[in-house]
Amino acid sequence: MQDEPTPIELIKAVADFLRADITPQISGHAAFKLRVAINALDLVMRQLSLQDGSDAAEAASLSALLGEQGSPADLNRILADRIASGEADLQTPGLKDHLWQTTLAKLAVDQPNYAAYKRELEAKLSSTPPSS
Amino acid sequence: MSAAPVEDLLARCVASWYPGATGVASAVRLSGGASQETWSFDIVHPDGHIGAILRRAPQGYGAAPARAAGLNAEAMLMRLAHGAGVPSPEVLHVLEAKDELGVGFIMQRIAGETIPRKILRDEQFATARPKLARQLGGILADIHGLPLLQLPELRRMTAAAEIAELARDISSFNWPRPVFELALRWLRDHDPGPSARETLVHGDFRHGNLMIGPDGVRAVLDWELAHLGDPMEDLGWICVNSWRFGEIDKPVGGFGSREDLFAGYEAAHGMSVDPARVKFWEVMGTLRWGVMCCGMMQRFREGPDHSMERAMIGRRSSETEIDLLRLLAPRA
Repeated sequence: MQDEPTPIELIKAVADFLRADITPQISGHAAFKLRVAINALDLVMRQLSLQDGSDAAEAASLSALLGEQGSPADLNRILADRIASGEADLQTPGLKDHLWQTTLAKLAVDQPNYAAYKRELEAKLSSTPPSS
Repeated sequence: MSAAPVEDLLARCVASWYPGATGVASAVRLSGGASQETWSFDIVHPDGHIGAILRRAPQGYGAAPARAAGLNAEAMLMRLAHGAGVPSPEVLHVLEAKDELGVGFIMQRIAGETIPRKILRDEQFATARPKLARQLGGILADIHGLPLLQLPELRRMTAAAEIAELARDISSFNWPRPVFELALRWLRDHDPGPSARETLVHGDFRHGNLMIGPDGVRAVLDWELAHLGDPMEDLGWICVNSWRFGEIDKPVGGFGSREDLFAGYEAAHGMSVDPARVKFWEVMGTLRWGVMCCGMMQRFREGPDHSMERAMIGRRSSETEIDLLRLLAPRA
């Protein structure tokens, strides 16, 4: 077992340092590259926090959809092949919902500010009945 | 190619065809990779400086990518477009061997903005924005109306060929992408076949290649991907969500409606728009941009420069996946 601090804590400390202390000292093309670098660190942090949960959900969803067991990569390959061959399509029960859930999980890591993603999240929230 | 500085070669070149020019100044390289360069410079003249742009592929550098029309074809297309009234920089000179500058051309430098976020948000473009979609429709009609017989030799593309190319690229990534497969399947099932009307297609008609001023469109740039094909491709490509930069309810570049784009197109020369084909090409374009993002990731991994920006663009392919689902499998 590795010791603390966790990778997320370390990356966050580096990203915060770059953002707060280095950004004000840099200009021009280097400032652009620094922004990309900070964005990359933020993305890695989101992935480290979210991936375990989203991978487990995706694996369970894939197994149910395909009736097969395997690694997420293998199952995704089977799903991709079945869609390519026409064996599975949007009429296949559960397929559309599966694609939406897995795509939303990618966006939550890759680009949570993407306008189309935010729109879909709002639509989901407003269509969910309030819990009693 | 000569080892002399580009500014010196430009000065000699310009003097050979621009009457009264006494030299060049302020030559600065703007962008470009190993195979293509863009330079900005001023032609020095007693009547005042003239802003100019050099686009060139230095000799001895790798062949142009398979999709590229080539710089000589680009120069010809820009001259034709300019002659037909398309907002376009005037091509001043096509490079010759004696110029020792490689292959390419020199054009007039036009002032304007190409950065999407500025065009979509800055106050100085507020009056232009609502007019752009209609204006771009008219410009596309002008481009598609250029006489085929006058065009340089260009590659011919069909939807089926484009689908095959995308399928090959996707399988080369060796990374399962069920949403891309869904889109490929949809494209195969909805391929409308070759267009009855084959025209010049600009091929990359979107933000970044359109120079905008407070008065509207000032120039159509970058004809590198020009080809012959279905004119509706250009109308679909400019509607791809990736070019809306957050303004997702304005399908044309984040500033306008399809209705305005189509109205401007049909009003120009009476050529009709086929909305189903436009939608087909919008789906194709969305998938193509997603594939291009994956290609950036591959070049990051395999290429020598280890570019962090390319790596991060790879993570934008999921944006096109949500766009494809919104197009093909919208939730109730």
